[in-house]
Amino acid sequence: MVIYGVYIVSKSGGLIFNYDHNVPKIETEKTFSYPLDIKLQCENKKVIVEFGQRDGIHVGHLLYAINGIPVTGRQLDDGRDVFEVLENKENYPINIKFGRAKMTTNEKIFLASMFYPLFAIASQLSPEPKSSGIEILEADTFKLHCFQTLTGVKMMVVADPSQAGIDILLKRIYEIYADYALKNPFYSLEMPIRCELFDVNLKTVLEQIEKFGNRGSTFVARVAYSPEKTIFHVIRCAS
Amino acid sequence: MSRASTRFDTKKVNSELVTLTYGSLVAQMVKDIENPDDVNKQLERLGYNMGIRLVEDFLAKTNSGRCLDLKDTADKIQSAFRMYLGVLPNVANWSPAGDEFSFILDSNPLTDLVELPEDLKSLRYCNIICGAIRGALEMVQLDIQSWIVQDQLKGDSNTEIRVKFIRKLEDAIPVGEE
Repeated sequence: MVIYGVYIVSKSGGLIFNYDHNVPKIETEKTFSYPLDIKLQCENKKVIVEFGQRDGIHVGHLLYAINGIPVTGRQLDDGRDVFEVLENKENYPINIKFGRAKMTTNEKIFLASMFYPLFAIASQLSPEPKSSGIEILEADTFKLHCFQTLTGVKMMVVADPSQAGIDILLKRIYEIYADYALKNPFYSLEMPIRCELFDVNLKTVLEQIEKFGNRGSTFVARVAYSPEKTIFHVIRCAS
Repeated sequence: MSRASTRFDTKKVNSELVTLTYGSLVAQMVKDIENPDDVNKQLERLGYNMGIRLVEDFLAKTNSGRCLDLKDTADKIQSAFRMYLGVLPNVANWSPAGDEFSFILDSNPLTDLVELPEDLKSLRYCNIICGAIRGALEMVQLDIQSWIVQDQLKGDSNTEIRVKFIRKLEDAIPVGEE
């Protein structure tokens, strides 16, 4: 039961908000002897594992550090080239830290603007006229839920495929957006949302959904625990 | 969403607070911008900027869908009046083509304690409402015009706000919507 992240894309397709929630951090550190039995490759200015998956080091993982010295691009922070260091027999045994690549803000902006035309294409491809765009995109490790408001703003939630209660969550995010972003007089439309109240309220809702979302509709009833409120919410669930 | 509307009710404020705040805003504008016509324009702009934000609040809290005709739109704005001003105006005076109608307010919280001085007869005190309607509808891709026809402050028995549909902003409609 996990929600991985929340994204909001403006009417014109720009990413105006993103929040990583509960993304598991995977890091593995291991000491190797010469020769290195993992095949590394430099791709997009990053050193990644190309082949030779073992001991929690997976294909696609990023090289984080060598002997505790962090790696930026294909260079160690002391200026040496990663591949030169790894090819030199004298440097062994060597300690290498691998981990999952983190998305940079730029990549997120890029991906968000990529979803925008996908959404549009889906609506055009539809055999039925007046179809909506992509509402749910399912993969084996996550489900992306998208809700487009009448004004064209898209709220997106990336969550575990089994996470329930996302419909309610998307509506709640919309309410929070209307309340804490749009009613903030210093927030200008279409600009990135940097409102602390928005963040705080969003986090609260995400935690509530994660705790109770797997129980489906009973979620609403359980959130408010004071007796009178519970009665009020239960009535709503039934109606 | 019933939960949302109930939540909305819990945040009621005294309408006099709104009346007074709005009154001081208009009074200040009249002082700053001597020409009443310019004040009217500014009020309309102010309302417009409120409308483009407020519409999201309305949509998020009422869960309403897209309007397919102007009658629908009129109903929704009517309920927005109730939500934000606590009054329920009548919808009347439909034009034969069905592209124009009026909201008739017999009481208007914005003007509750207000008397217009002689030299400000051209001031459209409630112009902010016209702007808000225009801004809100523009965000849901409807281009409209709105103006005040009758004004209680000018001796009329009701306040009448006219709304005229101009066109649907086709190219602004988000993909995957209607």
